[in-house]
Formats: sequence, C-alpha cells, structure tokens
Amino acid sequence: MSGKPKAAFFDLAGCEGDQLQIANLEEKVLDLINIVEVVSFREIMKEHSDDYDIAFIEGSVTNDHLAERLEEIRENASIVVGLGSCATIGGINSIRNSQDHEEVKHRVYGDQADLFPSWDKAKAIEDVIKVDYHVHGCPIDRDEFIHVVESLVLGKDPEIPNYPVCVECKLNENICAFERDEFCVGPVTRAGCDSCCVNEGTICWGCRGLIDNPNDDAHSDVLEEYGLSAEEVMKKFNLYFGWQQEARKDE
Amino acid sequence: MSKEVNVDVEYLTRVEGHGNIVVNAKDGKIEKCEWQVVEAPRFFESMVVGRSWKELHHITSRICGICSIGHSLTSLKATEEAMGIEISQQDEMLRKLALHGENMQSHILHVGYLALPDLAGVGSVIPLASSHPDELKTVIGLHRLANDMSKLLCGRTTHPQRLIPGGFSKLPTIEELETLKGRLADSVEDLKAVASFVKGLASRFPDFERETEFFSLGHDKEYPLYDGKLKSSDTGTALVEDYLSMTNEYIVPQSTAKYTKNNREAYMVGALARLNNNYDNLSPMAKEVAESFGLEPVCHNPYMNNVAQIVEVVHNVEDSIRLIDLVLDMGLEEQSPYHQPDIDVRAGRGIGAIEVPRGILFHDYTYDDDGICTEANAIIPTNQNHGNIQYDMESLVPQMLADKTEKEIELALEMLVRAYDPCISCSTHYVDVKFV
Ligand code: SF4
Ligand code: SF4
Ligand code: SF4
Repeated sequence: MSGKPKAAFFDLAGCEGDQLQIANLEEKVLDLINIVEVVSFREIMKEHSDDYDIAFIEGSVTNDHLAERLEEIRENASIVVGLGSCATIGGINSIRNSQDHEEVKHRVYGDQADLFPSWDKAKAIEDVIKVDYHVHGCPIDRDEFIHVVESLVLGKDPEIPNYPVCVECKLNENICAFERDEFCVGPVTRAGCDSCCVNEGTICWGCRGLIDNPNDDAHSDVLEEYGLSAEEVMKKFNLYFGWQQEARKDE
Repeated sequence: MSKEVNVDVEYLTRVEGHGNIVVNAKDGKIEKCEWQVVEAPRFFESMVVGRSWKELHHITSRICGICSIGHSLTSLKATEEAMGIEISQQDEMLRKLALHGENMQSHILHVGYLALPDLAGVGSVIPLASSHPDELKTVIGLHRLANDMSKLLCGRTTHPQRLIPGGFSKLPTIEELETLKGRLADSVEDLKAVASFVKGLASRFPDFERETEFFSLGHDKEYPLYDGKLKSSDTGTALVEDYLSMTNEYIVPQSTAKYTKNNREAYMVGALARLNNNYDNLSPMAKEVAESFGLEPVCHNPYMNNVAQIVEVVHNVEDSIRLIDLVLDMGLEEQSPYHQPDIDVRAGRGIGAIEVPRGILFHDYTYDDDGICTEANAIIPTNQNHGNIQYDMESLVPQMLADKTEKEIELALEMLVRAYDPCISCSTHYVDVKFV
C-alpha cells in the first residue's frame, strides 16, 4: 500500500449499529480520515469506488446474493475486517440457526414464505470468505475499532483479547451476576469491552462471542465457585453463540 | 422533442438499509416508477419465539442500531403490559429522557450528516469539514450531546443496557443529571444556529405537495412520544390495542417490504406526521422555530420532514430540561446499581406503541405461564412509509418530466426518499426479494 490505504465499508444482514459507532466517533472521524481514505461508505456518502485496500464488513451472510457480494469484496480487498458480531460470529442473527427454518419463515411471512431466498442459517462472513481480522461486539467498541485501524495502517496485527469477560469484570470490582441470582456467560465470552454490560448493572449476554477454547480458557474461578462447567454455561444461555457452536462441532 | 429519462439508483446512499429507485420514461410517458426495497430478511419475530421475557428487549434492540433505544422501550412496554408490570413515575420520566436523547441523536445525524450534503450540493458530510467547518463543528457538538445523554440514561448510546423490564438496572446520579441539564440549556444557541443555517438553504427543498394521511400517537396534554393513543389525521383517535385495524399490511409485487394503509392508499409516519397531528403540544421554542420556517399544520410537503426533525430536536431539548427539573424536584429515589425489579411472571399479551425517530413503532408479544414468548409481531415506521414514498414518486415525476433533466429528477427523488429518513434494515416484514 502506498500513500493512505483506501477503506470501504459494507453491510450485509445487520442493524447498521456498528457503522453507527463510526459516525459516533464525532471529531475522531476526522482523525480517521487522516490515516485512511474512505472511498465507499453507503450509509453516509454518495461516492463509491471498487478500488480499496481494506474492506470493513458488517452483518451476517444469509443468502446467495449476499454471498456473491462478499466474494466480490474479497477479490477487491487485500485486507478484510469483520465489523460486529453478526459478521464475526453470526451474532444475534444465529438465534434462528437452531430453529426449524420452515417454521421461522412461515411465522413471519405466512403463505408468502417461499417468495424470497434465505438460507436456513445465518452465517459469519468467515464461513464464506477468508477474513483477516475481527472486531467483535454488538455493537463494536469504538476504541477497539480505532486500535484495529491504527494497527492495520502501521502494518501490525491488532491485539484482541483471548481471555474471558470475567477478568475485566473482576478488575472493575462488580458484584458477580451469580451472586445476584442471575445467569451470566462472562466466563466463556471474549473480553475487550471492559465488561461494560455488567458495569451498567446487568449481565454479560455473550455478544463478543466465545473465547478460542472455552473448555480450557474459561474463567475457572468463577465456574468453580458456582459449580458450573464451561459447556453448561454455553448450553444454558445461548443468544450469540449459535453459529460458533456449530462451527465448533464441525472441527 | 423525444426525451428518454432513466433513473436507476441501486442501493440509495445515505439512508439506512438497502433501497432502489427505478424510473423509466419515454416521450413524457412514464413506463416505470418504483421505490424498491431489497433488504435481506432477519426474522426477528421468529427469533424471539421460545425466548424468555428477560431477553426480548435485548434481542429486539438489534432490529435497528439507530433506533435501538426506541425498540428496547417499545419491547419493554409490550412485556410490561403482558405481565401487568407497573413502572414508577421516576422511571417513566427517565425513559422519556432516554427517548428524547435518541430522537435528538437520530434527527441530528439525519439532518446534519445525511440530508445537509444535498442542500450544500456535495456527496457527503466529509467535504463540509472544509467548506463549512464552523457549522459542522456545531452539528458534531449537538450530536455528541445527544449521544452522551443517551449513554447517561441507557448505559450505552447504541443497544442500551440499563433499560430492563420494570425499570432501570442502574440510574444516573443527581450530579450527572444536573450537568446534563446545563449542557442542554447551553445547546439552545447552537440549535438555533443550525436551524438558521438550514433555513438559508431551505429553498433547495423542492416545492412539492401531495395530500396524504398522517398517522402517529396522539395525546391531550403532551407531545406524544412515549405515551398516547393512536391518531390519524383522517380518521381520528383509536386505542393502541386496535393497531392492526389502522395499519392493515398488504403486499405489493415490486417490493420486499409490506406496505400499510388506513383510510387511503397510504399514510405517512415520522416527525412531520407527529408535528401535523400534535402541533399544539410542541414546546414554545419549538413552535417559534417551526414558525421561522413557515412550517404549520397541516403541511403536505414531505421534504419538510427534515425541518420537522429540527423542530422536534428543539422540543426534545426543552422538554428534557423540564423533565430533569421534575425528577430533581421530586428528589431522585436511589436504588441498587444492579437493580432487579420484582416481577410476577405470568402469561398474557401486551402491545407497546412508541414514537421513535422515524415514526410510530409497534411490538406485540404473547407469553406463556413461564414468560416464554409464543408469538410476536412488530410493525416498524419505515415500512409504514414505503407506500407513501411510492405515491409521492408517482406524483412528483410527471411534474418534473417536462422541464427537468434526468440528473435533477434523480436528485429530487433521492432527496425525497432521504427526507423520510428511511431505516430499511429494520423493516421486519419482507416478501419476494427482487434484485435490479
Ligand atoms: S453486530 Fe449487533 S450492532 Fe452490529 S450489525 Fe449485528 S446486531 Fe447490529
Ligand atoms: S460471571 Fe459475569 S458477573 Fe460474574 S465475574 Fe464473570 S462476567 Fe462478571
Ligand atoms: S459484557 Fe458481554 S454482552 Fe456486554 S459488551 Fe461485553 S461481551 Fe458483550
């Protein structure tokens, strides 16, 4: 890459909440466009170019058309970055992966159900193309996004934690959800969000997805204290792990 | 003179989600004029079936990033109604503040970052950084304030954390509310500056009118965002529980989204509809701003939705100051920073209706005895506007064919769709996806 790398943003099946975090950078957007040249970002600009180095992709892949778009993007870009959990791990969309697809379609579209194409499962983009980096979260964390962009511009690998949310949560001195008679998937979920949901008085819902090896890398102190295994935690509360759980089974 | 006009805008930019505009005209005759919606379905109404009452607001928040506070609150209202859960007066006021914060955030983003480039004749907000640095800085400052406010009340600006069934998991402090109040009061001058900047460019909004029906919440005493009955400019008020008889979804072959209608072929929802239906209840300063634009009910120019959004932001700010004063006067009642309201889980059906930035939103859930969702329906604002956009296009294009160029028609149509601020990604109802 010579000069400023060219960046493009794309969205598949998602809520655009991750792209919104970029608009929410406010003045820092101006810092961002100092280090990368944004050549395509449909949500905020009219201009579009297929000449880009880094592609940021939000949303899951859910049909052939989106898969084709994704493959085109992969051909054009030298670096592909998944933006948000729908893209990186299937995310909330993959709740339906364990549901009966015929029922899923009929419930929403009745007898029109067969009129539009959708796969029976929502997939992470890496199910279809090679993905170089992941910015997890639902939505993404703005600081982590900036860290990833800065690293890429400097030609370095961004640092993404592979330890559970409990580690951050303990540092923040929260009262553990289990202590409050709530259930929490923090012990198996990838940190990097500073345990923000627990800090706000709730639980970790698992939005950043599973750590690489939940059985080995889960937070053993918390699990032991409350007599749980990593498998039990993942099974008992599964909002975001649908696609990841299947991918683990396939391995 | 034979003239061929072909407009084919695939994936309209600076709107949320994916929509296409297609117009073909030959020798002054329109062969095709369509607003097409081509978003991939996400099946939220199925995804929530089988899930617990504790999770529904978290899941349905993900229908739309930009209206995630509104979706969460509508979801909570539906769940709370289904289970007979009452929230405190304080929590209701804090929720109203959260809704004001989101409305401001969304409207400022739309007017300042998405619509303004059209008025300034550029392709995005980025060139404004050099051509209008001061104005842009003001817009960014207001946007940040709205986001900070949403974060203070909800924990996060997008996909709120503190909003839970029965109230809040964590509350802002008195000091935080006081600081917010001060910042809101200080923002009024900035808002006026943005309003007058837009006013200077407002002549670029096409002078177009088409009579239609306006649908929103209605309320005797307040400008209704969080609460109210249903109100149509044609058919009057109705109960929220009768929403299906006012929304009447139907299918059109050209679009993947279901359309809605009540009294006529289509109706409009959103800021302009709210303003037309509830003008008298706007805050005093909001009315002043409306007057300065010559915006008064009933306004039938859809482009004025942009202006109605500015007027609403002024109302949001003024009403937020009033609400904060009320909360502080009553004395903020404290609670645990991990608050879990006592909830008596039971079977039932509940319907939530809230005015979110783009218009009226409905969530309708049925729960079984264990609080597991057995059925869900959501009707989102953008879907209710698709029909109206289509009819506006059909009325606007013939007026422009004689003396406007293809480019001018294209821009006018793009601006029209953008004026509705459509948020297509959250359209939950789709049929027949067709790609151009
Ligand atoms: S990951 Fe979350 S914020 Fe991002 S698109 Fe998906 S639902 Fe929206
Ligand atoms: S289980 Fe949840 S609440 Fe407890 S320490 Fe881990 S992340 Fe925090
Ligand atoms: S605490 Fe859990 S659910 Fe919340 S942002 Fe972090 S990983 Fe996501």
